[in-house]
Amino acid sequence: MTNAADNLFKALADPTRRAIFERLTRDGEQTVHALTERAGVSQPMVSKHLSALKRARLVHNRRQGRETHYRARPEALAPLVDWISHYSAFWQSKFEQLGDVLERMDK
Amino acid sequence: MTTPDIATRSVIVEKEFPHPPEKVWRALTESSLIEQWLMKNDFQPVSGYTFSLRANPAPNWNGVIDCQVLAVEPCRTLSYTWGTLGMESVVMFTLTPTDAGTHLRMEQSGFRPDQEANYKGAQYGWKKFLGGLERVVAELE
Repeated sequence: MTNAADNLFKALADPTRRAIFERLTRDGEQTVHALTERAGVSQPMVSKHLSALKRARLVHNRRQGRETHYRARPEALAPLVDWISHYSAFWQSKFEQLGDVLERMDK
Repeated sequence: MTTPDIATRSVIVEKEFPHPPEKVWRALTESSLIEQWLMKNDFQPVSGYTFSLRANPAPNWNGVIDCQVLAVEPCRTLSYTWGTLGMESVVMFTLTPTDAGTHLRMEQSGFRPDQEANYKGAQYGWKKFLGGLERVVAELE
C-alpha cells in the first residue's frame, strides 16, 4: 500500500530521519553539508534520508549554486494528528451501533 | 491541540447501556455480533490470538486492521492491539456493572509506528519527537 499516510509513517519510523527533520523544524533551513556534519552518517546516507522525507512531503528543497538547501514542512504532519482525533468520533458512532445491537439481541 | 504528545494520548469513549455485563460481553466477543456494530472479523476471545477487522476499503486504505488479543477477563475487560496504516495502538474495553445495566469504557492508547514495535528503547525517542512536533503543528493552526 503506497499512499501519503503510509509514506509519512515510514519516513518518521527511522530515528536518523526523525533527527534530521527535528533539526530542520528547530533550526530552520539547512544545506545538505550542514546536516551531514551533525547527522553522524555519510552524506549519501543523509541525501537518501532527505529523499524519503521529501517523498512524504515533510521537507522542501531548493538549489542555490552548488548547494541544496532543505527546510521542514511541518504542515505535512497534520494527517498524523488528525488521524488520531478521528478515532474519538469513530468510537462514539460505533458505541451507538453497539446500543442498537444490544436492543436487537433481546428479540 | 491541547495535549502535547501523541504517544501518550488516549481516546476514551464511555457509555452506560441498559443491559447486563454478560450481554454486553457477548456483543464484544462473538464474531457475528462484533460484525454488526464494529466490523467484519475473525475474532476469538483467546489471549494471544491474532485476527483482523475489515472495513470497506477506502482511497489510500485497504480497510484492514491487524489485531492481537492481549487480555480476556470475561464480563470485565477485553483488550487487543489495533494496527493499521503503519501505526499501532491498544484498544481496551472495561465493563462495570451498574444499577441500570453496564458502564462500558473504551480506551485506545499507546499510538506508535508499528515498524518500531520491536525496537527496544526507541519508543522514548519517538514520544519525545512527537511531543515536539505536535507543538509545531499546533502553532500552525
